[in-house]
This record gives sequence, C-alpha cells and structure tokens, in this order.
Amino acid sequence: MDLMKIFIVSMLINNIILMRFIALCSYIGMTNDVGQSIGMGIAVTFVTVLATAATWPLYHFVLAPLHLEFLEIIIFILVVASLVQLVEFYLKKNVPGLYAAMGIYLPLITTNCAISAVVFENISLNYNFIQSIVYAIGVSLGYLLAMILLAGVRQRMETSPVPKFLRGTPILFISTSLIGIAFMGFAGLIK
Amino acid sequence: MKKLWKIFSGGLVFENPLLVLMIGLCSSMAVTSTVSNGIGMGLSMTFVLLFSEIFVSAFRKIIPSSVRMPVFLIIIGGFTTIVDLVLKAYFPALSKSMGVFIPLIVVNCIIMGRVEAFSYKQSVLASIFDSFGMGLGYTWVLIGMSAFREILGNGTFLGIQVMPQSFQPILFFILPPGGFLIFGLFIAFNIWNKNRLTRKAEAKENA
Repeated sequence: MDLMKIFIVSMLINNIILMRFIALCSYIGMTNDVGQSIGMGIAVTFVTVLATAATWPLYHFVLAPLHLEFLEIIIFILVVASLVQLVEFYLKKNVPGLYAAMGIYLPLITTNCAISAVVFENISLNYNFIQSIVYAIGVSLGYLLAMILLAGVRQRMETSPVPKFLRGTPILFISTSLIGIAFMGFAGLIK
Repeated sequence: MKKLWKIFSGGLVFENPLLVLMIGLCSSMAVTSTVSNGIGMGLSMTFVLLFSEIFVSAFRKIIPSSVRMPVFLIIIGGFTTIVDLVLKAYFPALSKSMGVFIPLIVVNCIIMGRVEAFSYKQSVLASIFDSFGMGLGYTWVLIGMSAFREILGNGTFLGIQVMPQSFQPILFFILPPGGFLIFGLFIAFNIWNKNRLTRKAEAKENA
C-alpha cells in the first residue's frame, strides 16, 4: 500500500513537470509532436530507473560508511553521465532497433533535471531500495504523461487562432498552466 | 569596451537566458513563490556561473575537447557544492526552502550552455562580462516573477504585508499553475520590449 501511495503521489499529485517545474527544458523543447515526446519520455524512464539502481547502493554502501556525503553532488552527476554513455554504447551494439528509436534522445538526457532530481531525492527522502525504484518509475511515468499531454495540445494549437502577443512560447506556458490546474484535482486522491 | 557592454547587456534583454534562450527554466518557477527565494537563487546561480566561466575560460587551452563535458561538470559541481554548504551553514531556512534546486544548479542548462557555447571559446574578461549579464538577466526575471507571485498570492513583499488587510490573497499565484501563467506573460512582455527596442534602433539608423 505504501508503495502504491508513493507511485500515485509521484506520478500524479506531485507531477514532476506540472507541479514541481523540474525538467522544463525538455518539456518545452521536445514536445513538437506526439511521437517525439513519447520517445523522450521512454528514454528518460529507462535511464532514471537505471540511475536510481546505481546511485542508491553507491550512497548507502560506499559514501555513507566512509562519511563522504558531501561528495554526493559530484559523484551522482558523474554516475548519471557515464551511465547514459554506457547505455548508449550498449544499445548501439546489441539492440540497434531500440537505439535507432531512442538514440538521439540519449545524449540529451545526460543533463535532464528529472533524473538528477530523482537520484538526489531518493537520498534526502530516506527511501529504501524498493521505494526508490518505485519512486523513480512513478516520477518518470508522470514525466511521460505530461510530455504527451502538451504535445497533443501543441498539435491542436497549430491550427487555432492564438492572440498575436501570445504566439510562440507564451501560449505554451499558459496551456501548461491550464493543464496544471486540471492536475491539481488529483490532490484529493490521497489523504 | 563597447563589445564587452554588448555581451553584458545581451544577457539582460536580447539573449535573456530565461525569456529568450528558454534554458534553466526548471528552477525559475519553483523558487519564485517568495521574493527571498528568488533573490537567493538568483545570486547563487550568478556566483556559480561567474566562477565556472572564469575557470573554464582560463583553462580552455588545456581541456581536451573530447572530455570537456565531464571536466565542466566537475568544475560546476565544485562551485555548486560551495554554494550548497555556505547556504546550509549561514542561511539554513533559505537552504531548506530551496531544497533540491541547489544541487540542481549543477545541471542547470544556463551554466552548461554558457560554459560550452561561450567561455570555452572566449577570453576570461569576456567570460566575466557574459556571466554577469546572464546571471543578472536570470536574477531580474526571478525577482520580477516572485514579486508578482508573492504580492498577489500572499499579499506580502519580502515577508512584509503590503496589500491592505481587506485584500483576499489569490492563492492561485503561489500554486504551480500560477507560476506558469506569470512566466508566459513575462515572455510575452519581453517579446514586446524586444520589438520596441529593435524598432527604436532602426529608427535611429534611418534618421
């Protein structure tokens, strides 16, 4: 039950993009069409879960016993960056089909804030390993959901008469604001 | 001198990192629910940007381009750690309310973007001006947004009551969707302002 709660809260109630404003760069940049946003969302989900599985043991079995907690930022960033690189090599060599679909997004997510936020928060929220993995999955599925929603809205907007002074990016943020208001309804799901 | 001034002022309006380049958005909306957070984040960011740009530009000839990304990350990570520890020690309340956004300065696209696109190619002096322009461009937007959000959403400015007692705070502006709305309007304002300045410059040239 506890795990279910973590999942729902991280995916819907505290949606990483709409409620917590993390990973906005890719949210605005990669939602030109629905297919692209799904590709990016899946790539992020994949790497977030992997990065959590790598950084959680690293912190609790290496950094904490050695009292090196202050190195957290540098170490985690290096781990995420090299993990993305490794995944890229591996996919290129062994799963070329998936690489072709995901390849261009992989380098972009090295500095994706969603991934870094999840790995830091798993530590600061004191989650155990299973909870961390569930949290990572919940957050990144929430990311995927928000990406698809905005991409859908953007496709419809191409043909709509938008007031002149809001054309381009301003209207994107105002649409996001409206999607966000809708998401606030989820807050009642869990007491 | 004129060139340096242009680099500096570019960051404020024409190449404003938030409103035009659209980078580093993540932190900008999350921390602007109160003015003090906005100021704290803006200054932390400017500090990290300034020193990262100075270091990268000073060492640009000896950093091999094939491993430049990890090197940049270590430099940026080092200064972010300094800010993180200083805030924790001297401003614990501020550090707590900004939370995960301090470590996230490391992956803030503004720093990575400016270091990669600017200071890896330019002199130390130019980098200093660029980082001040970009840093202040970031800070003024943060302060502007947080002022709107705090006054409308809470009736206070820097924690001091400014609206009359009868004013009913509009909670919407403190909540996340309000941040998106205000930011959208800020971009619209900046586009208008940019067009106005461009027209003025053209009129001056024609005259």
